[in-house]
Amino acid sequence: MLELYLVMAFMLIGAVVAVGLRGLLSSVIAVGAIGLGLCVMFLLLKAPDLAITQLVVEILMLIILIRATIGRGVSRIKDRSSVWVFISFFIFSAAFILAASMAIKELPMFGQELMKVSKFYVDNALLKTGAANIVTSIILDFRAYDTLGETTVLFTSVIGVLALMRRKGRKKINERDEPDS
Amino acid sequence: MNGMSLIVKRVTRYTVGLILLYGIYIVFHGHLTPGGGFAGGVIIALSFIHLVLAFGIRSAKKSIPKRLISIGESLGGLLFLCIGLIGLTGGFFFLNFFAKKGEPFTLLSAGTIPLCNIAIGLKVGTGLFAIFMALAVFKLTKEEDKQ
Repeated sequence: MLELYLVMAFMLIGAVVAVGLRGLLSSVIAVGAIGLGLCVMFLLLKAPDLAITQLVVEILMLIILIRATIGRGVSRIKDRSSVWVFISFFIFSAAFILAASMAIKELPMFGQELMKVSKFYVDNALLKTGAANIVTSIILDFRAYDTLGETTVLFTSVIGVLALMRRKGRKKINERDEPDS
Repeated sequence: MNGMSLIVKRVTRYTVGLILLYGIYIVFHGHLTPGGGFAGGVIIALSFIHLVLAFGIRSAKKSIPKRLISIGESLGGLLFLCIGLIGLTGGFFFLNFFAKKGEPFTLLSAGTIPLCNIAIGLKVGTGLFAIFMALAVFKLTKEEDKQ
């Protein structure tokens, strides 16, 4: 249980550093350190599927964020931080530590079921689907409709990025449509 | 935009195949080991991003056709939806419609789950690579305007 608190303290320090640093690249790297801490936390809570996904998505987001920050002319933040930033930092970090220490005490032990549904999954997943990995059998068989929704979200986000970043089809302010006929 | 140094290019030639192979392995073994379609798809996209970062965007734009990315993105989503719709013929949405689901703990098992994994892996890999290419190519055209 001690290692969970250590990783949580590391992530909290990383978050404070990410907000406090002036250089934008250093902030992005601090955000990457937070994601790595989250990955270690998933491993300690015995969820390797989530840990793998968190690690690779964190690497991808880090690459995209670094490419978005370097060479855009916004590498440093000019504003000075005021006293209210420190006060709100202490208030919010105290609230987070209080809530998180209460939540970690209530975590169920490994392999202990809480609800009837999860007990059904643990007992019948291999029999009903034939998949050795229970997580995959839940997200792609019992709860596949959720996964379809997530796929739709990803598709929509790709279309949105391509529509925002395109070069063709952009008009000037006073430009009119060309008449077809 | 002409890519990185000679050392990076040479190392990339050796490592990019291994990264792509690891992503395909994660996708295909999603029903046996931790991982699955999403994580494997992101690793496949990362291998292509590795290629783009090492060799520069201009050579990548020549060698990777845009139509292929859009076909992969659409095909992955449609395949996943079709697997769900085929299940309607047997009773309900996303029915695991293979009668014999194969021997557990082998590669050919678990009915439709590997097919769904492949569809999601195709979709996530091409989709995230399309996002990266959109951001990178947009920056390139902006620099060309300045010159």
